[in-house]
Amino acid sequence: MSDARTDIFARIREALKVKAPKPHLKAQTSSPKTSVAAKPWLPDGGETAEDSLLILAEQLAKLKAVLIRVPDHASAAKAFAELATTKSWKKVAYHGHELTRPLAATLTCEAWEADASFDKQKLEGSDAGLTTCESIVAQLGSILVSSRSSGGRALSVLPHVHVVIAEASQVVPDLGAALALVKARHGTDMPSMLSFITGPSRTGDIERILVLGAHGPKELFLILVG
Amino acid sequence: MDNSKAIFLKEATVNAADGVQRAFISKALGGYYTNRDLQKARYRDWERARDAASMAKWSAVNDLANVLEKFVNNFERNGGVVHWARDAAEARDIILKIAENAKAKAIVKSKCMTSEEIHLNDALEKAGFGVVESDLGEFIQQLRGEAPYHFVFPCMHVKREAISELFTKHLGTAPTDSPEELTMIARRHLRQLYVDADIGITGANFLVAETGQISITENEGNARLTAALPRIHIALSGIEKVVNELDDLSVLLPMLATAGAGQPMTCYNTLYSGPRKKGECDGPEEFHIVLLDNARTRLLADPEQRDALHCIRCGACLNVCPIFKNIGGLAYGTTYQGPIGSVITPHLRGLKQWNHLSGASSLCGACTDACPVRIDLHHHLLHNRRNAAKESPTLFDRVFHNGFNFVIKRPWLFATGGRIFRATLPLLQKLPLPYMGAWMKTRDLPKAPAQSFRDQWKHDHV
Repeated sequence: MSDARTDIFARIREALKVKAPKPHLKAQTSSPKTSVAAKPWLPDGGETAEDSLLILAEQLAKLKAVLIRVPDHASAAKAFAELATTKSWKKVAYHGHELTRPLAATLTCEAWEADASFDKQKLEGSDAGLTTCESIVAQLGSILVSSRSSGGRALSVLPHVHVVIAEASQVVPDLGAALALVKARHGTDMPSMLSFITGPSRTGDIERILVLGAHGPKELFLILVG
Repeated sequence: MDNSKAIFLKEATVNAADGVQRAFISKALGGYYTNRDLQKARYRDWERARDAASMAKWSAVNDLANVLEKFVNNFERNGGVVHWARDAAEARDIILKIAENAKAKAIVKSKCMTSEEIHLNDALEKAGFGVVESDLGEFIQQLRGEAPYHFVFPCMHVKREAISELFTKHLGTAPTDSPEELTMIARRHLRQLYVDADIGITGANFLVAETGQISITENEGNARLTAALPRIHIALSGIEKVVNELDDLSVLLPMLATAGAGQPMTCYNTLYSGPRKKGECDGPEEFHIVLLDNARTRLLADPEQRDALHCIRCGACLNVCPIFKNIGGLAYGTTYQGPIGSVITPHLRGLKQWNHLSGASSLCGACTDACPVRIDLHHHLLHNRRNAAKESPTLFDRVFHNGFNFVIKRPWLFATGGRIFRATLPLLQKLPLPYMGAWMKTRDLPKAPAQSFRDQWKHDHV
């Protein structure tokens, strides 16, 4: 008996000997060649940086994520420290980065860098996780984190609150732009995980009623500098 | 499984008569319609975005051998292990073997319809592995010992009181009628399981050939945790999930969320390209993907219905289907419910036993209109009906069609037959007609006209 891979490829090649018609498109004459061409039909992400920031703020509000805009890094650290006090955090895990360290340094509670191999239980017991991000998608209110920008896979999803610190220049208009940036930045050496986070974790599984914090963070804060 | 039709008819009859349950389902879907329309309105041209989504899938499916090969090569280059399964049994064996080699004690799963298709949980449990569903809806269905009701909203038919009772019974928690508190009970219960599990099993929504990444769409964060904490990550996916380029996701991810759940984007859309990389602090040591055929190539071989493989499992066709809303998801007896399930199940499990699902449609076309990738769903239901009649015509098909064929070729016989029919129509109303019982029970036959159409035409025009 031949192996499964060979068999499956043989079945596919046999099946595709007969061509299938193209789908019934609305625009038969100008059917899109690539998905990039679809950009003008998708939700707007803004033409200028200013537009994009307005759209981003609107999307984040609808998603029940909290946007904190600050003029400089000192104010970012202050805002973060206030958040920690208001929420009475006892333990905060963070990804070691030039953007995050000054914030962590202002904390009066325990703060630990979760970049070396760590105890899962300790991370689960942390009140908040602080990370950077790859980019922010205005069009959808999505924050793109990676196993590099957010100190691995679990830090952005296991603690009960997720805080992202970013510069306003990291905002891109749409998903296509974010994906292009990923390719340009990482090429064939992609981080093993890239995740578009769109609002705090949620579920509607019980009677289709929205509940925040199903398994991931119940709250999501974006501190945007500039 | 010849009784699948009998079970379907029985369940459908009972459920369609349950007004309370139907109202509950309608209410649950009400919020979806509102949110979906709000999100659709943000698209500058939803119809042309559908064109783009449809073409992204069309071009991958119609070049499947090359695109799949490219995906596999890139996936392996990223450090993942590829396994091939011709059918459900092979897929189960592959996963069991990985679990045995790893001496796994605990397995955690995120939502994966393909795993329902191959009955993976049964196989794992029989082999002595504990496996826990982590998606809230799937977790509830697992505790209930019931198949998912809807492949996106697995327990949308269950009332909060029943969930509260279920949790009290299995988890020993205090009763509550708050969906939020119920969600938190599941959250607390499952968190430790992610930490303890050796193996995490997920599905895949898209396989990106260009980069060798798999894309997983979810809202709860359970798939994120499933692929972050256990030592081994296994993804199970149908071979048709492949797309050419990373850019294709810029169309497909938002449309999947909008069509499927009325969201701009689901909460987590994650791309995985391998096990933990050098310099990364967490993530699995091993990353396996099991690529499943299980009759998908049979559907691929039918050019007329090949587009059914474009399906991105958003569930939009279920949400708008008058049949689904009235008979409910469990009546179908299939892994994939609703219009898409009625189209593909006969290909996956046999036309003869599952053709009755093609009749479970008013052919209203709401499904086709709702499909973000433009699958011609309601016509495929007709195609299945035609194919079934050709493949194994019933006695009724044979007698009726041969009889009709004989009569229609002989005008004198057709005219005579018409006269007899018009004369006896009032009598027919009172007779127990075969096949017509369900129809006649609530309807009267129309009054027969005095003249046939041909006589009228002759009278007026000749």
